[in-house]
Amino acid sequence: MKYAGLLVMPGGFFLTLAALVLFPDAARRLAFVVCGLAVEAMGLAVAVRGHMPARGASRP
Amino acid sequence: MNAAAPMIPIPEAAMSETVFAFTLALLLLAPLAIAGMALVNTGLARSRSAAQALLGYLALWAVTAIGFALVGASFAGTLKTHEIVLHAGGKTWSVLGLDPWLLHGLGSAAPQMQLALLFEFMAVAMAAMVPWGSGADRWRLPGGCASAAVLSGFVFPLVAHWIWGGGWLAQLGANFGLGAGFLDGGGAATVHALGGMAALALVWIAGPRRGKFPREGLSTAIPGHNAVYVLFGCLLALVGWLAWNAAGAVIWLHAPLAALPETAINTLLSAAAALVATYSVTRVRFGKPDASLCANGWLAGLVTSTACAALTTPLEAIFAGAVAGIFTPLLVEVLELALSIDDPSGAIAVHGASGLWGLVAVGFFAPQAGQLTAQLVGVAALLGVILPLIYLLYALLNRVVAFRVDPDGERIGMDLHELGGGAYPEFVIHRDESYR
Repeated sequence: MKYAGLLVMPGGFFLTLAALVLFPDAARRLAFVVCGLAVEAMGLAVAVRGHMPARGASRP
Repeated sequence: MNAAAPMIPIPEAAMSETVFAFTLALLLLAPLAIAGMALVNTGLARSRSAAQALLGYLALWAVTAIGFALVGASFAGTLKTHEIVLHAGGKTWSVLGLDPWLLHGLGSAAPQMQLALLFEFMAVAMAAMVPWGSGADRWRLPGGCASAAVLSGFVFPLVAHWIWGGGWLAQLGANFGLGAGFLDGGGAATVHALGGMAALALVWIAGPRRGKFPREGLSTAIPGHNAVYVLFGCLLALVGWLAWNAAGAVIWLHAPLAALPETAINTLLSAAAALVATYSVTRVRFGKPDASLCANGWLAGLVTSTACAALTTPLEAIFAGAVAGIFTPLLVEVLELALSIDDPSGAIAVHGASGLWGLVAVGFFAPQAGQLTAQLVGVAALLGVILPLIYLLYALLNRVVAFRVDPDGERIGMDLHELGGGAYPEFVIHRDESYR
């Protein structure tokens, strides 16, 4: 799951790039850039969840 | 793709000797910011790892200086001789610089380019040092140096070219009409957001300190060993940061000398507002203000100011700093208690989150249309490309140079294990009471 989240994050970035190229008007461009960031945030959340150690995993 | 295309020189007003000398003097003060940060993070580590922590800052600085000089400066493209460009969507996207290797041609470069390169030498050192504090008490020195080599040789130059070297983020204004393009006058993106994301990747890969998250109950508190180091480091960092932001404003934003007092005032106001906010939040949350979190809040305000100080009004700087000061202690708490992320220096919140917030705040306050979009695209590039890239590089590096010390080394402390002697030889070493 940790890798899946990190793979989703570039997807969000490409969405922001697509917004720049595809939409000439500022409002729609901003909206799609924000959507790209939201996708990145979801990927980050999945990556964080995937990296959470099981309780006691670090116990010596 | 057009590899190694010669760059079209953009005419820039020649820098006067007065401005050059003043900016150089500022840059010579900037290392105090790094010294302050090193002192803060050493104080936040355990006493049994203090010498290794501080030696690590020196070693990382050495590695980054050599790595950036040998390889990184070429990719950063500060001298603007050649670059790698892509053509897509009818636009040109400059993705990587290709200046001559080994700083060839530095002596004959324009004075402002030489200053820019000197600034990048400071910036790359600080960026590589940010994750070192997060790996305190468990990150081996060879692993830290390997990380510094990777960051200074490729990752930092990549981001620096995008933002400072005339790369695609800097060209967002010219190519897409997004304000003045992505703006980062002091290194909020290239230094702090990059360093914060490296810290996150590191703690994910190295894992928490032993005993930090026991099988039952809350996480174990492992307080820093010297609050005086931490708080004095904050004062030292302020001096460096004042010089750092002023130098950055001249070099990257072409600010006139007359604008520098406001930049310095905004830097101070941002840190001050952040400290007041963190003091208040911790006072409300815990009944008494927390010294180490207040130090984190102060640094978070300074980090926010690296993006904002040269581009906002004093009132906006206070607002930006106050927001950073409010969310920093809360984020530190969430990362540790809810997400089981063991970050002894709080770098993920202080440098990563505050750096990103500062960049977004610049977009909110900027008068130009499209500036907010440009800033958000920059943030998206950092999160969507640079974080996964750092994670991948760290994961590969960890297979070659193990990041984490073995359990015995962690038990006796990094000083004895890696250096053979402690930072405080006359102190009595107590048995570890944090293991449950």
